Amino acid sequence: MNPFTYSRATAVADAVRDKASHPDSEYLGGGTNLIDLMKENVARPTHLVGLNKLPLADIEALPDGGLRLGALATNADTAWHDEVKSRYPLLNQAILAGASPQLRNAATNGGNLMQRTRCYYFYDLATPCNKREPGSGCSAIGGYNRVCGILGTSESCIATHPSDMCVALAALAPTVRVSGPNGDRTIAFDDFHRLPGDQPEKDNNLEPGELITGLDLPAKGFEKNFSYLKLRDRSSYAFALISVAAGLELEGNTIKDARLALGGVAHKPWRDQEAENMLKGQPATEDTFRRVAAKVVADAKGHGSNDFKIELAKRAIVRALKQAAEGNQHAADVFLNSNP
Amino acid sequence: MSTTNYIGKPTSRVDGPAKVTGTATYAAEYSVANMAYGYVVSSPIAKGKITKIHAEEVLALPGVVQVFSHENVPSLAWFDRSYKDDVAPGGSPFRALHDADIKFSQQPVALIVAETFELARYAASVLRVEYQQEDHETSLETQRAKGYEPGAGKTGFQPPPAPRGNPDKAWEEAPHRMEAEYVHGAQHHNPMELFSTTVEWRGEGKITAYDKTQGVMNVQQYLTKIFGLKKDDCRVVNEYMGGGFGSGLRPQYSAYLAVLAALELKRSVRLTLTREQMFSFGHRPHTLQYLKLAANADGTLAALQHHALHETSQFEDYTENVVNWSGMLYQCENVKLGYQIAKLDMYTPLDMRAPGAASGSIGLEIAMDEMAYAAGLDPLEFRLRNYAERDQNVDKPFSSKKLRECYHQGAAKFGWDKRTQAPGSMRNADGKLVGWGVGGGVWDATQQKAAAKASITADGKLTVSSATGENGTGTYTIMSQIAAETLGLPIEAVTFKLGDTDLPESPLQGGSWTAASVGSAVQSTCEALAEKIFKLARKMDDSPLRDAKFEDVEFASGQLRLRADHSQAVVLRDVLQASGEAKLEADSSVMPNMVKQNGYSLHSHNVVFAEVTVDEDLGTVHVTRVVNAIAAGRILNLKTARSQVLGSVVWGLGMALMEETVMDHKFGRYMNHNFAEYHVPVNADIHDIDVLFVEEEDDIVNPLGVKGIGEVGMLGVAAAVANAVFHATGKRVRDLPVMIDKLL
Repeated sequence: MNPFTYSRATAVADAVRDKASHPDSEYLGGGTNLIDLMKENVARPTHLVGLNKLPLADIEALPDGGLRLGALATNADTAWHDEVKSRYPLLNQAILAGASPQLRNAATNGGNLMQRTRCYYFYDLATPCNKREPGSGCSAIGGYNRVCGILGTSESCIATHPSDMCVALAALAPTVRVSGPNGDRTIAFDDFHRLPGDQPEKDNNLEPGELITGLDLPAKGFEKNFSYLKLRDRSSYAFALISVAAGLELEGNTIKDARLALGGVAHKPWRDQEAENMLKGQPATEDTFRRVAAKVVADAKGHGSNDFKIELAKRAIVRALKQAAEGNQHAADVFLNSNP
Repeated sequence: MSTTNYIGKPTSRVDGPAKVTGTATYAAEYSVANMAYGYVVSSPIAKGKITKIHAEEVLALPGVVQVFSHENVPSLAWFDRSYKDDVAPGGSPFRALHDADIKFSQQPVALIVAETFELARYAASVLRVEYQQEDHETSLETQRAKGYEPGAGKTGFQPPPAPRGNPDKAWEEAPHRMEAEYVHGAQHHNPMELFSTTVEWRGEGKITAYDKTQGVMNVQQYLTKIFGLKKDDCRVVNEYMGGGFGSGLRPQYSAYLAVLAALELKRSVRLTLTREQMFSFGHRPHTLQYLKLAANADGTLAALQHHALHETSQFEDYTENVVNWSGMLYQCENVKLGYQIAKLDMYTPLDMRAPGAASGSIGLEIAMDEMAYAAGLDPLEFRLRNYAERDQNVDKPFSSKKLRECYHQGAAKFGWDKRTQAPGSMRNADGKLVGWGVGGGVWDATQQKAAAKASITADGKLTVSSATGENGTGTYTIMSQIAAETLGLPIEAVTFKLGDTDLPESPLQGGSWTAASVGSAVQSTCEALAEKIFKLARKMDDSPLRDAKFEDVEFASGQLRLRADHSQAVVLRDVLQASGEAKLEADSSVMPNMVKQNGYSLHSHNVVFAEVTVDEDLGTVHVTRVVNAIAAGRILNLKTARSQVLGSVVWGLGMALMEETVMDHKFGRYMNHNFAEYHVPVNADIHDIDVLFVEEEDDIVNPLGVKGIGEVGMLGVAAAVANAVFHATGKRVRDLPVMIDKLL
């Protein structure tokens, strides 16, 4: 970890100004990812702008029936918020499937979007990594890539976005509110994160110095028919090998509206709107789900140790859609991890 | 009954309050004056040479005290023998910062010492080291043909016994046969506490090293030989350990480097490794096993072959007993066991909980399951039909062996009789597949030479000490129990001291021998003290014991009394006060009774029953129930013993389902070197675990009748889980851990 200076902002504009005046600076929220990256020398900011005194920790109802999640509300406070539990139980489940209680108590909503992609090689300075050192090469391709992506990968990078929360958000499609040196703007959630392409060092489409201030969830929460299914190598505190966020709106057994997003497969939370469109108007049957699942992974590409993810993703999609259609999923109360 | 009978009772940890209130001090927590901080720089390459170290660049940072590397390390001991510790394998031990050669990835190449930890860490991150890389070989698969039979260089290693009968012919002729290869990956110990050494500079070349180790004596002799120190000038202390599991058996390079820096700088130094660096030294080796079994029509074993190959470093022949157990766990007349190791460009493996047996029991016990199915027999029934009454490896009877009782009691507790044999034939209420599997093992009951000292003061407070260790297993507690019961004192009046080279000599804490070895020394020492007290008691005015012999009296409930008439008693404290002595002392050193033991095979045994549920579509496995039945002689403390076995079972589940250090052979480097990606079980993975200790009396192993439980609880756990997965799914996974992808 390199030496750095620290300042604490109390207003959004001050934070943006402070960041702009320090090259190689970063915003610091809960720090659950940034501090790790600094300890591993993957991130070497020389200045940190502390955000936790900014007035962005509220969760409040919006006039259009939606819900605004403050960027500084913790993941835990968000998951346990009454409105989230009753109206967006998919988000509740996804958040609680991630990390550990200690991490969720510290991690913020803005920070959850900002966490870097995960890959063994990105975290190990002894190996080349295009994301860490553009142009140095991708060690995961042809290497050990159990955790890596199968969709939307490039020859430069096959890392995956590690968030659970963001998979549910991809399905719920909020807008991301940001403030920056050039003022405020909103970004559709699906446009927030990037695929690696030939610039894997960029995880998202924020302009330099922009700060997430909140997330506006639309009114529709798929609270009746939803599922967040996470498959991993142990029952808690492990990144998803595959996760699926599914939301259905049913009329009888016919699917009126659908949302489907995957985690553990790509550089970004992977929402598949074509698959969603395929579901609409169809009967909620296993046959439908299988066809949709096959479509989602039609262009998937394995890289050796993660080949299994293609088949696993298919099965997980079918299971999650079935669970959503059955409509017996609930917001988690205590433990949701370990139903044997 | 006496109020001071503690042996066998579920006594709570005497060190528990110190641990939960934070007053227990660990190696990295000792506070000494004027301390400098070290940080290790590790090699990114697996093989080659250091061509340049730009030390001057970081020395220019204010507060950086020194950069140690092979370029400036002083001339130390020349010969390999000076670097050999008590459990060093054959070969040439690794010497950190010795020369420019890189022998393994993450090899320490420099030690930065600075005024603060943060500065040392930063300096380490910017130190430029140039390397000339050479081709490395880290894949065991590619070295199959280069395996060789190692010599008996390492303490405790037994080359496999000579073949018996004609296993090849018997296999050909038998009606039921199986052969298969089994694999498990490398594992790193990863105790929660990082390796750390705080070296206190006491002036004039004298040091005290507070070191994370399972053997302070071992570290002391290692350091004194290398640095030419007198024993009195090199005290080594370890009062508490945040887990060891074998990682602290050999002195680690962190201890060597911290002492080197302290002696060179004539200053106190602390060095703590990082979690990533916890993957830079010993590990349980990646092991390939080939088993070839045959059964007769009556379900008896006709032939058994077990061959193993595992990795070692280029510089040492690490060995462990992988296959020998297969020659003694079951009755079989035609047996051939083979064992080889192969050299790779990595650090030497290191004993990890039940070294060899944990690995070997995976091969043997999954093969036994396969054999049972091939012979159409219930896997437990198959084991019962092949019960070994004698140890055929050495042709001796067991000093005691209650494994049959383990089978029966464990099966009853588990409900094994409700098992249906066909794979995929059992389901739970949710419709998930259910599988029941069995596995087990055998481990040495060993006693080593150990010494202890006891002293009692006039106020009736007893202090007993020995330079053994406490890595969380309960040493403080069981030794206090033995001492308290032997002298009839309340356990609150006993203080046990350990982990200090100033105390009486004791072996490394490992091999499951601490309870037997140090326990025997503590008992013997307290008996010697009892005799002294008795003599004083007889001399008291109007002593009711004045005509008694020592055999006639007992120490109980704070009294010394006639066995035949408890009313004829004196209070222990009164004896001490009447004597006018401020303090009474005794010491003793106890060796195993070889004459008594020689005619027997001394072993502990266990059997594990495991239940899994499997989601057949998604490949997820949960271990819902485990029963581990153990015959390990006398259990000194049911509470700490149970805890220790619970830990073993949890680790066994990890070995079965998730735990593996994965190397990228292109870089010759372990890639999942952190707790996010190296998976050990979490609470949510753990469900019901039952531990049964089957009663087993044994006055041959040692006077206490103790066999030790450190390792035996882990045996067969991984195999039982893998067998349960087969029973649930019909899929035979022979490559552990059984992760999702192997069940799709």
